Amino acid sequence: MAFFRNRRMAGLIRFVGLFALALMIFAAVLLVFGKNPIRAYWDIFSATLGSSYGISEVLVRMIPLILTALAVALPSRIWLINVGGEGQLFIGALFATWGAVNFTNLPAWLLLPSIGILGFLGGGLWGAISGFMRVRGWASETISTLLMNYVAILLVNFFVFGPWKDPESANYPQSAPFPDAAILPSFFGTRIHLGAVLAIVGLILFYFVLSRTRWGLEMRAIGVNQEAARRNGISTSRYIILLMLIGGGMAGLAGMGEVSAIHGQLRPSLSPGLGYTGFLISWMAGGHPIGIVAAAFLLSVITSGGDILQMTHRIPAAGVHILMALILFVVLARRGGKPR
Amino acid sequence: MNGKKMNHTVKLLSVLACLALILAWGLPEATAQAKLKVGIIHIGSINDAGYNQAHSEGVQIMKKNLPNVEVIQVENVPEGADAERVMENMIKQGAQLIIPASFGYLDPALRVAKKYPDVKFVHPGGYKLAPNLGTYWASTPDAFYLMGIAAGKTTKTNKAGYVVALPISFFLANINAFHLGARSVNPKMETRVVFMGTFLDAPKEATATNALLDQGVDVLGVIVDSPITVVQAAEKRGAYSVGYHYLGVQKFAPKGWVSGIAFTWGELYTRFAKQVMDNTWKSEALLGNLASDFLTVAPFGPAVPPDAIKLVNETKQEFINGKKNAYQGPIKDNKGVERVKAGEFWPLTNIGRMDWLVEGVIGQPK
Repeated sequence: MAFFRNRRMAGLIRFVGLFALALMIFAAVLLVFGKNPIRAYWDIFSATLGSSYGISEVLVRMIPLILTALAVALPSRIWLINVGGEGQLFIGALFATWGAVNFTNLPAWLLLPSIGILGFLGGGLWGAISGFMRVRGWASETISTLLMNYVAILLVNFFVFGPWKDPESANYPQSAPFPDAAILPSFFGTRIHLGAVLAIVGLILFYFVLSRTRWGLEMRAIGVNQEAARRNGISTSRYIILLMLIGGGMAGLAGMGEVSAIHGQLRPSLSPGLGYTGFLISWMAGGHPIGIVAAAFLLSVITSGGDILQMTHRIPAAGVHILMALILFVVLARRGGKPR
Repeated sequence: MNGKKMNHTVKLLSVLACLALILAWGLPEATAQAKLKVGIIHIGSINDAGYNQAHSEGVQIMKKNLPNVEVIQVENVPEGADAERVMENMIKQGAQLIIPASFGYLDPALRVAKKYPDVKFVHPGGYKLAPNLGTYWASTPDAFYLMGIAAGKTTKTNKAGYVVALPISFFLANINAFHLGARSVNPKMETRVVFMGTFLDAPKEATATNALLDQGVDVLGVIVDSPITVVQAAEKRGAYSVGYHYLGVQKFAPKGWVSGIAFTWGELYTRFAKQVMDNTWKSEALLGNLASDFLTVAPFGPAVPPDAIKLVNETKQEFINGKKNAYQGPIKDNKGVERVKAGEFWPLTNIGRMDWLVEGVIGQPK
């Protein structure tokens, strides 16, 4: 498949080029403020990839980002724009928390799969609602997923400020801590948790289903020409709801992983915009699985490295945001608004 | 492989070689060894004229007091996964004392503290301890009571408004104390509370402030991370304001300034750093009060009548001497339930369990 290989190569070159451009502009910004950009980039590099701890933390950050990127990439195969990864992540975490704090007596082998399924269902439900509204012609999924992010966050707030508030935490809005059996196991003494396996399986399934199954073919058909696909007997409505459900479920799994393995309790500060970053990643990657891994890796390095810039170069937090914004601008400019 | 591709490979390799050279040039040189490195993490911006700036100035003063102490400072760190990573990175850079300066950093800090038993942690306002994690805070109700006296004597409409982040116990306790103080000098006083649901949301805070002012409130108080928005909005409409967290808030409301409660952490941080350096640091739950050097009543503004200032200073002494309690019974909550019997008082050690607002406060405690 020469077509595929060329596309991938072109994608890679585009990706590297965009990234280099953003890094160069940020280097100029650093220079203006009298900082040494090479030292800054070196410090980011050595703190994130120069030690096993740094690498492990990059991987920890990549787990939810890959899942939320898949939440965007999967529906984008048929031109659906899912901006709702953040909300789907929150609802996934909400459902998982419900399981974790209500079935504290279950053993881990039963509780962990349960909260995993709950997380998937929560996020999936949230995504499927938007899919359903799209099918019915009620609302564009772009708008509805975006707006439902706010609803999701407020819903989580309602529970942690209200019925689920841990009475032992001085009225502070957070759920009771998860029982040990509801905490995803971590590996090698790091914070890399079982969610990594979910992310990898999700990526492989994504690739496999798209390129090796009839479903992938049908999705491509819908993606190329929805009307033609419909006339050939492919149910586009079913695909719209299903892809929003599975996509949302991926983000839900990300939320489950964060709340269980990283926080150990539900808090309003569950996610520093992981869903939105996932959206950015999927766009940067053009929806390609390897691109997703690469983009998630780069953005993880930048967020982890951002703290280092503050620590060693006294660059305020806003500096890292400039870099993030630059990458976003460059990506958007180059992609010209195409969703994949 | 065709020629074109080969060409690409050569190009790529040369670019990589250049990059390697540039990187080698940028290698960091060894830095002089400081006697103690202190790492501090902030939830927001260190220029917020509020919670974060108070902590940040604290470490700056510590640095001035102890020149061989080095400070590693990171701002805008979300509570959760990032907080732990930042703390670990600080430790990897040699930090021996970590100040995770936000309430929600407590659990992440406890996890990191367990992993690094030799590193000391001091957490503001935490309610759990570890062998190498101590907590510190100043009990603020007495100070809020004093602010209530000043506000109750200054107000013309007999209505105060409070813009508050969350209905957590400590904040409810502060508002209750403020209101009780105001009532003690002005029986007609009424206090309206609006909860933001978050510690930093300037548009929401501005809306809430204006809504309170529209309801006839003429003294604005604030318990969010950055008091700037509320204080400025009040000043703009000719209302009075009571500051919180940071000593320098007054400059945002020179005319309507009443007074404020400020955390002045500098000397306390200096003591922490010294204790860690000479190995006398011990994990404890330190709770200061008006007598401590880290809880300061800010200077009074021009609008406050002299008799109010006198009364505030006298009452402050009574608190310090233990002759007065902010929550002296009888106290009813704003739903009519008696919470403190006559002749009894609600001890300051129990404010973590205060989940009600006193009679005369308009607002929902949950």
